[in-house]
Parts: sequence; C-alpha cells; structure tokens
Amino acid sequence: MADLRINLAGIESPNPFWLASAPPTNSGYQVQRAFEAGWGGAVWKTLGEPIINTTARFAAVSFNGKKVAGFNNIELITDRPLEVNLKEIYETKKRFPNHAIIASLMVEPQREKWHEIVIRVEDVGVDGLELNFGCPHGMAERGMGAASGQQPDLVEAQTMWAKEAARTPVIVKLTPNITDITVTARAAVQGGADAISMINTINSLAGVDIDTWNTIPHVAGKGAHGGYCGPAVKPIALNMVAECARNPLINVPISGIGGISTWKDAVEFMLMGAGGVQVCTAAMHHGFSIVEDMIDGLNNYLDDKGIASVQDLIGKSVERYSDWGNLDLNYRIVARINQDVCINCNKCHIACEDTSHQCIDMLTDPDGNRYLQVREDDCVGCNLCSIVCPEDGAIDMVELPHEQPPMTWNERQTVLAGFKGN
Amino acid sequence: MNNGSQVFISLEDLQRNFDEVKSGLSPADARDESNRCLYCYDAPCIQACPTGINIPSFIKKIASGNLKGSARTIMESNPVGASCARVCPTEELCEGACVLNHSTKPIMIGDLQRFATDWAIKNEQALFERGQKNGLKVAVVGGGPAGLSAARELARFGYEVTIFEAKERAGGLNTYGIVSFRLPERISLWEVKQVEELGVEIKTSTKVGRDIDPAEILEAYDAVILAVGMSKVPMLKIEGEELDGVHDAIRFVEETKTKELTHQYVGKRVAVIGAGNTAIDAATCSVRLGAENVKILYRRTKEEMTAYDFEYEFAKQDNVEFRWLTAPVRIVGDENGVVKQLECIRMELGEPGPDGRRRPVPVEGSEFLLEVDAVIKAIGQTRHTALVEAFGLQHQWGVVKVDLETYQTSNEKIFAAGDVIFGDGQGEAMVVTAAQQGKTAAYAVHQKLRNSMIETA
Repeated sequence: MADLRINLAGIESPNPFWLASAPPTNSGYQVQRAFEAGWGGAVWKTLGEPIINTTARFAAVSFNGKKVAGFNNIELITDRPLEVNLKEIYETKKRFPNHAIIASLMVEPQREKWHEIVIRVEDVGVDGLELNFGCPHGMAERGMGAASGQQPDLVEAQTMWAKEAARTPVIVKLTPNITDITVTARAAVQGGADAISMINTINSLAGVDIDTWNTIPHVAGKGAHGGYCGPAVKPIALNMVAECARNPLINVPISGIGGISTWKDAVEFMLMGAGGVQVCTAAMHHGFSIVEDMIDGLNNYLDDKGIASVQDLIGKSVERYSDWGNLDLNYRIVARINQDVCINCNKCHIACEDTSHQCIDMLTDPDGNRYLQVREDDCVGCNLCSIVCPEDGAIDMVELPHEQPPMTWNERQTVLAGFKGN
Repeated sequence: MNNGSQVFISLEDLQRNFDEVKSGLSPADARDESNRCLYCYDAPCIQACPTGINIPSFIKKIASGNLKGSARTIMESNPVGASCARVCPTEELCEGACVLNHSTKPIMIGDLQRFATDWAIKNEQALFERGQKNGLKVAVVGGGPAGLSAARELARFGYEVTIFEAKERAGGLNTYGIVSFRLPERISLWEVKQVEELGVEIKTSTKVGRDIDPAEILEAYDAVILAVGMSKVPMLKIEGEELDGVHDAIRFVEETKTKELTHQYVGKRVAVIGAGNTAIDAATCSVRLGAENVKILYRRTKEEMTAYDFEYEFAKQDNVEFRWLTAPVRIVGDENGVVKQLECIRMELGEPGPDGRRRPVPVEGSEFLLEVDAVIKAIGQTRHTALVEAFGLQHQWGVVKVDLETYQTSNEKIFAAGDVIFGDGQGEAMVVTAAQQGKTAAYAVHQKLRNSMIETA
C-alpha cells in the first residue's frame, strides 16, 4: 500500500484527488458525501457576492456516440449567501478534519474586498484559499474571474492583497484563455502565491442546434459563451501544467486541473509537475464513487512500480519536456506491421496513402492472402498508422539505430553559425 | 406457441405467431453498433456482398444521423435491400467477411441494414428518380427480386418498363415464399412500390403464355428480361400423393401469407419431406399454425442438408424434429381420402454421386409407418420449361442458358436473371444474387440498346 498523502504548499490531504471548485462542491451536503466516497479534498464552489444563475446551464459534446467527451457550462459562482456557505464549511471541516477544504474566492479587484473575504473565510477553518482568476463567463463581464486573470498586473496585485490578509496557503487559479499561461503564472508567483492551479475552463460554444438554429445551450433563444472542460481539454491542460512546471521562474507547487477522469490521467499530471489534481466533469458524469477506482488504480500503479509515495511522482517527466529545437533530428522510428496480429482493415494504408507519406502497400501473397507492408525507407515515422490501427499490437513503431550522431535543430543552427562565422 | 395440452388457440394468437420474430435495433443500439464499424478501406464486406453494397458508407451514415443517405446507399446497390436485410445469410456473406471476426465480433451488418431501410419505409422516403425517357421499351417477365432489380435500373436509365407478373402482387418469393415471421409482406411490397414509383408498369395477374403470348411481347418490346423464377414443388412419385392433406411447401407458405389463418393444423402431426430452406419454412409455419408435432424427413444426413445453419437452429428452437436418412415410400389415406399415415424407409449413404454427395441407398426391410395428418413436400422446385421453350430459348432441364457476364440468352433480345438461370452448376439461389443478376442484365440491355441507338442514329 503506497502512501497517497500529499502536501501541496502546506495543505495536506489523504490523497491527491480533490474536487474542483464547481457544481459538485456547492454545498456541505455534497462535499460531505464526496469525503465519504473517498475524495481527499474539495475546493468549495467560489464564494463571493451571491449571483443569479440562468436555467439551461450545461451542455456537452458527444463523440461517436460517447457522451460527455467535452463539457460546457455557463453557471456562475455560488448563488447562496456567504453566511450559509461559511456555516457549512465549518460543519464539514469539523466532521472531516483530515480532509482538505479550500475555499475558492472571487471578489471585485479591490484591496479591501479581498482582505474582508479572506478574513471571514479563514475564520471558519479552511485549509487554504484558491483565488478564482479564471471563470471565463458572466463574472468576467463584471471585471472578475478571467477578466482579471488575463491581466498579469491584476493577477499580481490581487494575489498580493489576498496574501496580505491570509494565514493559510493561497493558490491562484489561472485561466487558459490567454496566449501564454506562464506570464500570468509568473505574475501570481510575484504576488506571493503559495501555489497555482490550472486550468480553469476554456471559452466555448458547445454547439448549434441544426434544427432550431439555437445555440446549445440556449436561454430563451439566446446563448453566451461558456467554459469548456472534460476529457477533450486534457491535452491543453497538461501542456499548460508542463509549461509552468518546467519554467524556472514559476517555482511554486501546481494543482493540476483539466479533463482528469481516471488515475492514469492523475499520474500523467503529477509526472508533468502537478502536486495534486482536481476533478469535476468526471464526477458530474458518473457521481462521486469514481474516486474509488482513482485511489485504487493509483495505489496499484505505485505498488507495481515500487514507488513508496505518490509525491515521488511529482515532476518526474518535466525534464523530458522541452522546446522543439532541442529534439534530436537524427532519431528514427518506422512503422512495422505484425502480420499475425493485423486484421486487414487497411485503415493504416488509406491514412498513409491519403494523408501522410504513401508508404504502406496492400499486397497479396502467393496463396492469395492479402497483407499490408511498410516500405521502411519511405516511412517518416509519423505514427499516424499506429494511431488509426484498431488492433492493439498490430503496428509497432520501431526505433532504428542512429545512422548519424544525435543532433538537435538548435545544435545544428549553432554549427551552421560557426561555419558562417568562418 | 403450441402446447399439446392447450385445446383452444385463438386466431389472434396464431396470427401473432406469424409476427416478425426478430425485433429491429433500437436507435441507441444502432448508434453504438454503427460507431463500432471500423470504416475499413477496400472493405472485405463489400466484396462479400453479391450486390456490392458500400457497407462502411451506409454504416457511417447511420452513425452520422444521415439515415436517408444510408438507405439510399443500400437500395442503390440492392433494389431489394430491405428484404435482404432480413433474409440474407449474412454470416456467410458480409458479416462473415468482417475483419472484426479476427478481433472482437463482427458488425451486425444485416441488422444495421434493416435499421436504415426500416427508417426509409417508416418515413415514406422516395430514394430514386426515373431517368429521362429514351423512347425504348423493355418487358420484364416476372416481378420477383431479379425482375424488380432489372426494372428499377432500366427505369432509371429512362426506359419504359413493363413487368408481367402472374400473381396478384409483385415481389415474388419475397412477397409470397419467405415466411412472414422472417420477412413481412409489407417490406417486399414497399420495394415493389419503390419500383412502381419510377414509372414502371406492373401488369399483375398476367401470366405470360396464358394471358399474353411470348411472341407478342418480343414484337412489342425492344428487349425482354426473363425473371420468372422457378415453379411448384415436383411430385414425389409415390403412392398416395393425391390424398387430401398432401401439400406443396411453396403453396403452403404462400397461404400463410395470403389467406386467413385457420385452426386446421392445431394439434396435428405434420411431416415435411426435404431439408432445404423451404422445408424449414414449411415446418416452422406448421409449428406456428399450432401443429402438435412437426418432423422433417430427409433421405440424407445433416451434413448434406441444404438449409442454412441458422435456419436449422431456428427450426430446432421451434421444436421441429429432424429424421435423417429417412425417405417416404407411400402415403396412406383413410376411407375419406385424407392422409393418415406416411410409410418411410431408412436409408444409408452409399457411393458419392456425380455431384460429389454420397447417394442415399434404402435399407431393405426397414420400412415403418408414421402417424401423420399432413405431408408437406419440399424437395425442390420444377421449372417453367414450357415458357422457356415458348420464348425459344436454349435451356438444360428448364434452366435457361445465359452468358454469365451479360445474362444474355440464346436469343440476343432476351436476357434472363434470378432463379430461372439457377441450377445445373449455374448461379446461386439467394435473393441477393437474383437482385445482382437483375441489375447486371439491365446494364447489359442498356449497353446493347444504347449501342444500337448510336448505330441507327
């Protein structure tokens, strides 16, 4: 049994799985049910001046019959009075003292407002604070959420104001709706953030109803952009986490968020630098009990790998993530088709023929059996065939011995510059 | 269904026994199954379909919600594609070729085909348009699968097409010969309607050779497609065959599709002679009509049986008994001339005959009597030899000789397709092959007439 406990910037929890600030953490009832199910922590749905929500708030994207490949929402922060939330946080913390409760906060970008809410929330015994600089819809129109999170100076200033009053660790939650997230991440660090979390949701329109021509979702025939999350956003989130993790100026822990649905996703985020993860869509899709497999699968993975503590995973893949200019141009892999596994669907052939490098031949042997073969000399090792192949093990991408010593683009440019210099 | 102790079975219950056995896929099942299709390139299922339906394409269209396009893709290649969705031996054709046989399990192509065509039927979709009239006329003799296919393709090319159909309705075996619990008549009749809506005239209850002279047709039309199928079941040539209670299997099945059901067979014992797909149909119809015991008697063994495996399994599930190596010798009647007993003799397999199958040989002195109330003969079908000869065509035992590429007969103006050319080592007896032959014959007619038009221009 591996040690699943984490300590993220001083916030301790029994496992790395937190519920993100979102509908699942709207009330004490829900958070307590989540803790009973096994979640290690919960970021309470964002507190602030209570708002009014619309009906028709969520929409999802199905892909090839699979529901909720991506999820979109236009729900805002809490619509319940602050006192009610604070009372429930107090009660929940009392019942679950070893679980992490982090309060997500959003107020107007004014120093006193931040001081006031931080003090009130910390009074009920939260383990940490998460500043919501990411909510992309609704609140941003009022100058909060992503609107303030897109301006590095406002990120820095607000972080500083919160830190002035805070006694517990402060996590700054960043918006992905920005060209370079490391800029706002650095601003948060400059403002004194103890940790950063990412990503908040991505600006999105889930769809258009092709019969009514209404947006999906629509509110009385009108729509507005929402925030996108769920499995579809994972690669975007993972990249942003990795970019921050490998940036030497961003030297605070990262709480990873974005499309995490299984223990495997969590392992990937932690390898790429996350100190823990937050989950929302998967729980909204399947209920709180999915954490059982997350914990179990993570534990089995760590045991299988002989890793004593989940914290030993953190950042182990970060050094392997770099710039394109540092990749070895002389590394060669080619596709090789295993005839005994191949089921002859010819998907690799047509993918290569139509859209890649025309190097998979459809052939017939002397007995009249059809087979597929890669012309390795023409194969550029793009991986496409192995991606479209439906049969596990039918196509291997095989590494060939280096014909020339490794050389990256950057090294090549340096060498070329040397020649020019002569 | 039938239960020996049950005395009264209402006609409604009997009718319900003839409802389609298999239900269609639900929209959710169709969505999941269609998404499971790999969309192979150069897919083997297409090669395995005698009509060459672009199966990955029609399945992709189900997945994308383009059901009209899906139905059109199916019916484009196979004008009786709704019927074939139900009666094709898919495990021997498309599904048998599915690459997923080597991985998980094959795609349910037949069921998806039914889903798409059922949608088109339910939503009364017109899938095709007639071509611009080219002034030429083609007669199609016989409105079964082959004739309908040929007629539809010719109508799309712009020919004025007349189908001569001996029965009251077109559709051939799909309408009359395949049991309704596998293929309801309405499916076949929808396919007929699709063809009619392209301007094809179907002269029903018009038997060529009786109601109209073949010479007249040859005179009045620029080409003729002969697609008359096969005729009735031959005589067993045994004593007692004329008794009341001896039936022709084709007619027997036809009556369950065309006449009010009766209590006539409730609690009765039925012997079916033969072990082809028609024998299975007659046997399972008997069970559904309330017969207490239904036996299939076959003079060879299960190995030589021509019924498909799934038909055999289906009959066994209906509690049909199979008596292998058993041949009828005599039908015994009572004083009123009604079947009472069937005398049989046991057989054994001897040396292989010219077709490679071991010949059944009677075991001397092994005769025995079966108590039966009805005997149904399902030992193949005879040929419309007289009609073939009236058209002056070369044939072998009534099987019309054709060029296997063009389906042209010995008369260059006459082409033939479907069961009328099946046999004597030529062709296949499936609905789907008849449909393909009809298409091919139509293309050959078009090619020939177009060439002659160019020559005369």
